[in-house]
Amino acid sequence: MSCCAPGAELALDLEPSRRDLPSTDEIRLASRQLGNGLVQVELSVPGVHCAACIHAIESSLKKLTGVASARVNLSTRRLSVCWREGEPPPVMTVLDQLGYEAHLFDVDNEPGRDETLAELIRAVAVAGFAAGNIMLLSVSVWSGAEDATRDLFHWISALIAIPALAFAGRIYFRSAWNALSHGRMNMDVPIALGISLAYGMSLYETINHGEHAYFDASVSLLFFLLIGRTLDHVMRERARVAVRGLRRLAARGATVIRQDGSHDYVPLEEIEAGSMLLLAAGDRVPVDACVREGTSDVDCSLVSGESEPQRVAPGGMLRAGTMNLTGALTIEAVATAKDSFLAEMVRLMEAAEGGRARYRRIADRASALYSPVVHLTALLTFAGWMAATGDWHRAITIAIAVLIITCPCALGLAVPIVQVVAARKLFENGIMVKDGSAMERLAEIDTVVFDKTGTLTLGTPQLTNGDLIDRTALAIAAELAMYSHHPVARAIAQAGASAGPSPFRFTEIREVPGCGLEAKADGSVWRLGRAEWAFRCQDDDIPAPGAILSRDGLAVAKLICEDQIRPDAAKAISGLVSGGLSVEMLSGDHREAAYAIADRIGIANVRAGVLPGEKSDHIAAMAASDHKVLMVGDGLNDAPALVAAHVSMAPATAADVGRNAADFVFLRDSLSAVPMALSVSRRARRLILQNLVFAVAYNAVAVPIAILGFVTPLIAAIAMSLSSVMVIANALRLGGGMTVPAKDYGSVSGSQRFGTGLAA
Amino acid sequence: MTNLVILIPVALFLGGMGLAAFLWALRSGQYQDMDGSAERILLDDDD
Repeated sequence: MSCCAPGAELALDLEPSRRDLPSTDEIRLASRQLGNGLVQVELSVPGVHCAACIHAIESSLKKLTGVASARVNLSTRRLSVCWREGEPPPVMTVLDQLGYEAHLFDVDNEPGRDETLAELIRAVAVAGFAAGNIMLLSVSVWSGAEDATRDLFHWISALIAIPALAFAGRIYFRSAWNALSHGRMNMDVPIALGISLAYGMSLYETINHGEHAYFDASVSLLFFLLIGRTLDHVMRERARVAVRGLRRLAARGATVIRQDGSHDYVPLEEIEAGSMLLLAAGDRVPVDACVREGTSDVDCSLVSGESEPQRVAPGGMLRAGTMNLTGALTIEAVATAKDSFLAEMVRLMEAAEGGRARYRRIADRASALYSPVVHLTALLTFAGWMAATGDWHRAITIAIAVLIITCPCALGLAVPIVQVVAARKLFENGIMVKDGSAMERLAEIDTVVFDKTGTLTLGTPQLTNGDLIDRTALAIAAELAMYSHHPVARAIAQAGASAGPSPFRFTEIREVPGCGLEAKADGSVWRLGRAEWAFRCQDDDIPAPGAILSRDGLAVAKLICEDQIRPDAAKAISGLVSGGLSVEMLSGDHREAAYAIADRIGIANVRAGVLPGEKSDHIAAMAASDHKVLMVGDGLNDAPALVAAHVSMAPATAADVGRNAADFVFLRDSLSAVPMALSVSRRARRLILQNLVFAVAYNAVAVPIAILGFVTPLIAAIAMSLSSVMVIANALRLGGGMTVPAKDYGSVSGSQRFGTGLAA
Repeated sequence: MTNLVILIPVALFLGGMGLAAFLWALRSGQYQDMDGSAERILLDDDD
């Protein structure tokens, strides 16, 4: 029954599974002690989307022995399970049986709650409460409350405003102080100055029984601006959580064979060069290593961009991050985790300081111009009125009215509101954006560089001739294929899942590395794998990629599996080219494979066989010749290039490192996400500029009125609200337009619902 | 004037109650899973 000596014990464990489940040891490493004898683990479960899912998961997990609690969070699509200390319960198996894909989360580098968001929401609540009450009192004053009543209302307003400014305003005071103490200017400086001066002047007026107080202006200004800031934060946080929640690729640990022959599962950091490791089929290679015993196929697509799995035999080198597909291997670590390929990529990424570091957000550039002009205007107004009348009280009142009128309420909302609406639009189309400046940068690009495997193609083979195959044969092939991790077998298992149950059960199933699967059933030997191996006689050679199902050496079915080009790839590329962008392909794969794909989707400019370092060098060279490059890539080998580019995009199937490096992540299969993101970003940029022009025009009208001293608190309140509403209404025009086809990447089935909650 | 002396504190107190209730709800994690809470009302509490 055993196929290769070192793997015998692992081959015994062959179980039908459609997914790679983390081992119990991995769950233990990812878990966290809660004290009081409980252990907790966090899982990301992208497939939950309704009450029935919640119920199914929670009730079946609670039935397991030892499980103290299980709770699903539908918003973040996470599951947290607590159990009493001891052996971890078979959580992953249960979820797999229920049909939910689940991924482990690292609890330690995860702060449980978002403190910044909580602070912002508390600030919005307090500012909103204060603004509402003060506005109520102010309306009474404007409607004609006089003398003692007016003074009373002013005093109450002052009392409400002080804690609100101290609590809700400290976010701005802190940020303004930070900027000033580093000798910089930001939008928060005029805001902080405006609200505190307005408050101070109003308090002086109140004490002296004055007629005009600006308590309402200073607090409602704070309220509007905090809304803008909170929206901005929510948008970024959602994207971050969702991106993190997808599949993680680095191995968490590995099984080490000790000198005395015993086996231990140890964390990644404790693996030393020279350790012997046992690598089961389906495991990722944890550190750079050399094969000592066994043969297998290795999937290098994420590391080198090569699409075909490679055969390895004793003496062969393995790079960290590649996946062992078909046979168990005994490997010897040649480097520790921090010296391995993955860490090398991280170092290259740090070295590649890209365009984003030099980029300054539009809002920051606007405020750098805006703040000095505003302050100078207010100062000149004060000086002018002093010179003209000599009445310092009147001069200072008018100068402060100028500050309030020009306070960048519309400006503070102009940029974030457009970016929030644009991000929501992208969310609805399965594209996640890390932050607003990414959209600004995307609108500037003139060159698009694509990686091949996993970016222009889906990266996983799919059964292409499923319709031509007899359904019984497909069911048999699928039943066999479930026992292997090979991508072709996965494709067959997936395609055959709908073909119904196999007519008989197999026994003595074994996997022959580099060849395929063999099993006995119904008195015959069945084989699924390479043509030359599946046929007993070798005269009939079929070169097509895929697998042959044979019975006693006679062909039953030919299953063709190929890596598919992403849907809409050709259309997306031609759209980009006709939009005046130059399009390139950089691939780590060999020439023939690269050109075959490039020809089919119409990319003329191709570089094949490129090393990771060369990719980022190429991008840096283009940046040096004043090109703004969008890099679209998915592999570990693309990560340095993603960082070096002006702006970057990655599919959700990308390696962890790549996904973290990218500014945009698209969840759906279709490549039309690229032109879609580009068009939304360009429209967002246009709207931002319109909003800024509007803000300037508003000031051009309002400032002369303020300088001439005609502004009362009533006029200030109306002007401020009106300009904010105009800016928001303009931003909402981004709503309509093109969409990305929704036939999507399975594991994020809720992505359409994702953005809709943001509008609230 | 006397009605104001009564009404304004009452209005502020009621508003303050609302604010306090909101802050309490925020603190006790009721906004952690908005989508989940909406769906959970459909579940029976039999376990």
